[in-house]
Amino acid sequence: MNSFADSTTMLRRNFRHSVRNPVAIINALLLPLFLIFLMVYVLGDGFDLGVSYIDYATPGLIIMTICYGVSATTVAVNTDMTTGFINRLRVMDVSRAAVLNSHVIVTTLRSLLAIAVIIGIALLMGFAPAASFPEWLGAIGVIVLAVVAISWLTVAFGLAAKTPESAGIIAAPLMLLPFLSSAFVPAEKMGPGVSQFAEYQPFSSIIEALRGFLAGTPSTGAAVAAVAWCVGITLVSYVWARATFSKRV
Amino acid sequence: MNGSAIAATGLRKSYKDKVVLDGIDLDVRAGTIFALLGPNGAGKTTTVNVLSTLVTPDAGTVVVAGHDVSTETRAVRAAIGVTGQFAAVDDLLTGQENLLMMADLLHRPKAEGRRVVAGLLDRFELTEAAAKPASTYSGGMRRKLDLAMTLVGQPKIIFLDEPTTGLDPRSRRTMWEIIRELVADGTTIFLTTQYLDEADQLADRIAVLDHGRLVAEGTAAELKRRVPGSHIRLRFADRHELDVAAQALPGSTRDDDDLTLRVPGDGGVRSLRALLDRLDARSIDVEDLSVHTPDLDDVFLALTGGPK
Repeated sequence: MNSFADSTTMLRRNFRHSVRNPVAIINALLLPLFLIFLMVYVLGDGFDLGVSYIDYATPGLIIMTICYGVSATTVAVNTDMTTGFINRLRVMDVSRAAVLNSHVIVTTLRSLLAIAVIIGIALLMGFAPAASFPEWLGAIGVIVLAVVAISWLTVAFGLAAKTPESAGIIAAPLMLLPFLSSAFVPAEKMGPGVSQFAEYQPFSSIIEALRGFLAGTPSTGAAVAAVAWCVGITLVSYVWARATFSKRV
Repeated sequence: MNGSAIAATGLRKSYKDKVVLDGIDLDVRAGTIFALLGPNGAGKTTTVNVLSTLVTPDAGTVVVAGHDVSTETRAVRAAIGVTGQFAAVDDLLTGQENLLMMADLLHRPKAEGRRVVAGLLDRFELTEAAAKPASTYSGGMRRKLDLAMTLVGQPKIIFLDEPTTGLDPRSRRTMWEIIRELVADGTTIFLTTQYLDEADQLADRIAVLDHGRLVAEGTAAELKRRVPGSHIRLRFADRHELDVAAQALPGSTRDDDDLTLRVPGDGGVRSLRALLDRLDARSIDVEDLSVHTPDLDDVFLALTGGPK
């Protein structure tokens, strides 16, 4: 199949981009690493959550790691659209699936790599997940679903932005939303209004599901909500990305 | 190869309520260079995008390489190459990787792709820079790489949208040579430009686009003939000489402030000699004489820039 061969070619290209532009992965790691130290060594002792704080915070940090790695993708996607590169590909009959999928796949792989590093460091710092093997599978499932959802969302953001510069900023809400979730502090401890927002926003559902799996206390409700959010975000972003792509080129 | 490489009739395209192309007819013979000339915003890029399958026109038909653009898009795309206004090279890849990516996307066998790419690098004098990222290339090198990427597919018809905009004079000349070589090999070139000398230098036929309409079409010589303006300018020492000369040369226009006389004529040697004979016969002294033939600048300024 030509479209499979094209996807492989585009994938190789985007993979090279990631390797040659290590800023993306450094961005993905830098802030979450800083937050680990800040939360665990500086602030963490101030919270009494009944569990070791690093066990509480790591799931949130994992999800944040995804959000910090994606601005490189919005810029890359937008650059393809605005520099005429995409026109070259269209005249060569390269399928739009090959173009978009390769961005999503590379973003996903890059995020998973950053997450592996973050988990490794958390383990060194005393993170002690109590998950059994099937619970680990559940945790990995949630992570992968969240990574794919956020990757498609970023690709859609990149397509929607007018210039590469604005594309870099458009993903900013993704970096801020996790702070207003149960990533570092349980929602019920927050002020009125914020507490309700934090409880029902997608990041909290995803983080709670992940936290449940990693702590060995999975909750079906949280897992269902997380999967629903991830699948929903993926579908909406996918449709949005395809539509924007067709309209722009 | 003879016949029509690109034939368009009645092209129209509007974006919202802005009319970009307002009924365009084009016919480009195979194996020739056709230049679409126009100021910024005239609709040149939109024309290229329509002809190269990237934009669907609101009305009109386009046949490229014998295939209808709207119904046989795939066949058209297989025959054409497009080099856009901005070099569409991948900055993070090396020159060689950029070219190999094109070969892969064209599904060339690996060995053949490598051979074609090595040949193009050599031809465009990029072999030395082949292993460096495109982001380190100069403007001229980027354009060459961009064009080389288009040539990996060995297209019969190449669209070049402002191929030399922003290049230094030396790189422009290199680009012109490359374009001439391509045509010598039988390729058809459709280029847009806002440089008159570029069209004059390269094109077999020139069309002038302004506000979405073709305001003139022909060879450079034909276009120049369309503009009245070929004349001989005479300057005299004083008012008296000017008076006498003006009487001797009916049909001329005088400028009393400059003490000059403008005599219409084709600028040829015969008419010039006849003119001088007539002045001699009346012993009129001419201080200064210059022959003005219109260049494409005159054509361009005369034909474009009407009310928006």
